[in-house]
Amino acid sequence: MNIANAQRDDGREILIDARGLTKRYGGYAALDAVDLSLRRSELTTLIGPNGAGKTTLVRLLLGLERPSAGTVTTAAGVRIGYVPQRLHVDEALPITVRRFLALGGADRSAIARVLDEVGAAHVTDKQLQTISGGEMRRVLLARALLREPDLLVLDEPTAGVDLNGQAELYDLINAVRQEKNCAVLLISHDLHVVMAATDHVLCLNHHVCCSGTPDAVSEHPEYQALFGPKAAQTHAVYTHHHDHTHTVAGDVVPLGKDRP
Amino acid sequence: MMLLDDFVVRALVAGIGVALVAGPLGCFIVWRRMAFFGATMSHAALLGVSLAFLLNINVTLGIIGACAVTAIVLLSLTRLQVLPTDALLGLLAHAALALGLVAISFQDTLRIDLMGLLFGDILSVSRGDLAWILGGGAAALGVLALIWRPLLSATVHEELAMVEGVRVRLTYAVFVLVMAVVVAIAMKIVGLLLIISMLVIPPAVARRFARTPEVMAALAALVGVVSVVGGIEASLAWDTPAGPSIVTTATVLFVVSLPLSGVLWRTLFPRNEKADHHHDH
Repeated sequence: MNIANAQRDDGREILIDARGLTKRYGGYAALDAVDLSLRRSELTTLIGPNGAGKTTLVRLLLGLERPSAGTVTTAAGVRIGYVPQRLHVDEALPITVRRFLALGGADRSAIARVLDEVGAAHVTDKQLQTISGGEMRRVLLARALLREPDLLVLDEPTAGVDLNGQAELYDLINAVRQEKNCAVLLISHDLHVVMAATDHVLCLNHHVCCSGTPDAVSEHPEYQALFGPKAAQTHAVYTHHHDHTHTVAGDVVPLGKDRP
Repeated sequence: MMLLDDFVVRALVAGIGVALVAGPLGCFIVWRRMAFFGATMSHAALLGVSLAFLLNINVTLGIIGACAVTAIVLLSLTRLQVLPTDALLGLLAHAALALGLVAISFQDTLRIDLMGLLFGDILSVSRGDLAWILGGGAAALGVLALIWRPLLSATVHEELAMVEGVRVRLTYAVFVLVMAVVVAIAMKIVGLLLIISMLVIPPAVARRFARTPEVMAALAALVGVVSVVGGIEASLAWDTPAGPSIVTTATVLFVVSLPLSGVLWRTLFPRNEKADHHHDH
């Protein structure tokens, strides 16, 4: 099953190690004996069909729920930045983006710097309920980054964002990861988009169907059975190029100026 | 403290004391959609009164105890999902009220003013009551200030707060305890049937004028104070019951603050030139 575990055992520090993770709800096993290690500065992508237990696995890794069996070992001092799938703030609660970010404990100058980094400086003083889905993603990413995390956990960071916005968000996540040298755990449906930037893929359907490098996984029969043979050929989509990009505010920015 | 000899002054001080803590606390009740939870908790207060007489302890302490126990039972039951939350709260609120009324009927009714418990009796606040209200109110406000940030963080996104190290369950438990204290001290002012309006109406008025949670909390406290002063004055002027007059004043402030009142006004008294404009294409 773990095709590539041996070859990727390259001495990178393990941040979170999960062994035999099982989660049952009543008699139903949402997760069955899942093994997973997250290593420093590695991008791990978790893919799998709806209801495969991806979110459950993340909740167990984050300590939000207890496993029915198995263990999660987190290395001492590991800081986790979490980007939840959605954030709904009641209309009755007035709160600006800046104040939302300060809830994590950050000061004003750090907030301004990180919002600028994620390209969302223009929403600093807006009410949280009024910003768009793409802006919300960036703000949530900023909240996670303000913790200076060793590990960034993103639960479907592009859900509800249009295609252009998705590519931009993935670019941003990749840039952030390279700059901060933090590990990333990404839950994603857009496997063909994220494959190229991923070090390690875990294909989940209650149990680990297959795991390893993107190439190894996309040729695995269980992966092809889940996502169809076409999926194997489409994972290069990510490598296309633009000669310019847009800021969230819509301005055109030539590539190579503020992004690698 | 000659000033406190006047029952009106005592009523004002007590009412303002409760309003100052009810506003900020009420904001959380509104943000967390816990209005019915708070109402259920306050309905259990009657059991606390009856228990206090039975055990011969301080009535306020009895109420705090009964409310805190009810809140903890409620929290566990909602987590178990025995019934939909609103059905569960509806069931428990009125069961607690009925049980409280039955339990009270076993006591020496001469010593218990049932109407006062249900609708408040602010004009009969004693110096002892005042000490409880101001002491309890200050303590509740202080604790609320201490847990403000973790509670706000958990209110915005519980799981995000947990990952960031907020002890969410502990924070909720403390919050619910603060609620129990405020229900107990507000009972003297507006009575258990109207407590929730002291908690919910001022934040509802404040919402439209605030851009941050803290400003909303401060405005809610201010609206509460205005309602208390206005309500007591109205009660003295027109000989109406004080507690309901305070709640009515708050309600008037709410209606006036609605953008809807402007719309309603224009509907009732339309200006003609607006009603019959034309397009030529």
